[in-house]
Amino acid sequence: MSLDILKKRATLLRQLRAFFYARNILEVDTPALSIAGNTDPHIESFCMHYTGPGESETLYLHTSPEFAMKRLLAAGSGAIYQLCKVFRNGEAGRQHNPEFTMLEWYRTGFEHHELMEEVGELLDEVMGHSPTPIIKMTYQEAFIKHAGIDPLETDPAALADCAHQHGLEQVIGMADASVGDWCDLLVDQVVIPAFGQSRVFIYDYPVSQAGLAKVSQKDTRVAERFELFINGVEIANGFHELTDAAEQRLRFEKENIQRKKKGLVQLPIDENLISALESGLPDCAGVAVGIDRLLMLIAGEDSISAVSTASSIE
Amino acid sequence: MASYSTNEFRNGLKLMIDGDPCAIVENEIVKPGKGQAFNRVKIRNLKTNRVIDRTYKSGESVEAADVMDTDMQYLYSDGEFWYFMDPDSFEQVGADKNAVGENTKWLKEQDTYTVTLWNGAPLSITPPNFVLLTVTETDPGVRGDTSGGGGKPATMETGAVVRVPLFINEGELLKVDTRTSEYVGRAKEDD
Repeated sequence: MSLDILKKRATLLRQLRAFFYARNILEVDTPALSIAGNTDPHIESFCMHYTGPGESETLYLHTSPEFAMKRLLAAGSGAIYQLCKVFRNGEAGRQHNPEFTMLEWYRTGFEHHELMEEVGELLDEVMGHSPTPIIKMTYQEAFIKHAGIDPLETDPAALADCAHQHGLEQVIGMADASVGDWCDLLVDQVVIPAFGQSRVFIYDYPVSQAGLAKVSQKDTRVAERFELFINGVEIANGFHELTDAAEQRLRFEKENIQRKKKGLVQLPIDENLISALESGLPDCAGVAVGIDRLLMLIAGEDSISAVSTASSIE
Repeated sequence: MASYSTNEFRNGLKLMIDGDPCAIVENEIVKPGKGQAFNRVKIRNLKTNRVIDRTYKSGESVEAADVMDTDMQYLYSDGEFWYFMDPDSFEQVGADKNAVGENTKWLKEQDTYTVTLWNGAPLSITPPNFVLLTVTETDPGVRGDTSGGGGKPATMETGAVVRVPLFINEGELLKVDTRTSEYVGRAKEDD
């Protein structure tokens, strides 16, 4: 950790705030602790213990500020952004740390393509113009082009063959793997590396990986979700946000069922978010950007520990 | 049988893979923000030294290999086995040609070596980085030549052949780097 990196981080944060200030997007600061957890079966919330005054209870550190920010949107905030620390248990490695800085913003009246445009403009601002053409491709197109398989019309056995053909010979523990599990592996190891150092937007993810995105009306096999990869690194994840409260509850409940199957604890659903959606979330798109990873690319480093002031776990 | 979960994976961890003891040499976590995590690992087979790639779905468990490094004293060889003794328990083990490999040339009776045991049997031998050995055969020393330039081969008491400066004579005790087989300097018995 050098003074140079400290300065680069400070410059990046200043540039980001200037970007949103110029666009009249309001900075907000929502709580990091919540009585609700994130039910996503692939994300582990840190579980905290509040001792009172008042009732002692279990609180969860947020894994993204999404739920709290959507409540502000439903209350009429208009476009908002937040820069904050988020926390994910069980994640550590070259590109992971159990706490990291996230930029998240929401644009009312935008759908996911408009928000991808704005993400591109933000990148130009903080990284300069891309030296290579920006790639924008559906999840299906990217898979067909670089893995030679249609992810929307396939099964685990065909994906296992595909992984084998692309040099992933020994993948252990995949006996009961889903299409989604295989696709996650192939995206990271086969599809995205094929794009080299480019800035790549992949959009219209399979509904099984919808997250909190709306299902597409043009093709109900996909959801209006996008991700940004730069030089093979996952940088951002965005949604044309789901606004249907009943559908949102159903997805949370399904995730809790998946958690149970995997032997993970089921987590309390965010009833405040459901109420907010019932009262009316304006049509909007939102995106989360990993700031440590972005800084890592700006600084030309290949691990987030090189751009963090200290490691949380060493 | 003991086992390790993928989230305990770290460099140096010893695992049983396809019936052979192996050690992790690289462990990379692959985890999309909203998706399944995997461990991409490079593993060295401790019997063949070959490195292979494996991908594990995170959460899998892998059988641990009962592999441990022990400092043992080298006793003697009967031509088929090289015998080592644990200085605490006085227990002896015989290492075969596969386990000792090229390191026979560094084995000096009474000296201490690291013996890697798998299920109690020697898997490999590692000599200390530096050993003290006596020269048993070399061309006569060139008196007055202390430049160290040029050099000549010298056979050590254990059979190792080391390139030494011209002024070195038979019977001298030398310090040798076992990793590079290079001469380091003259030595005294208590070095």
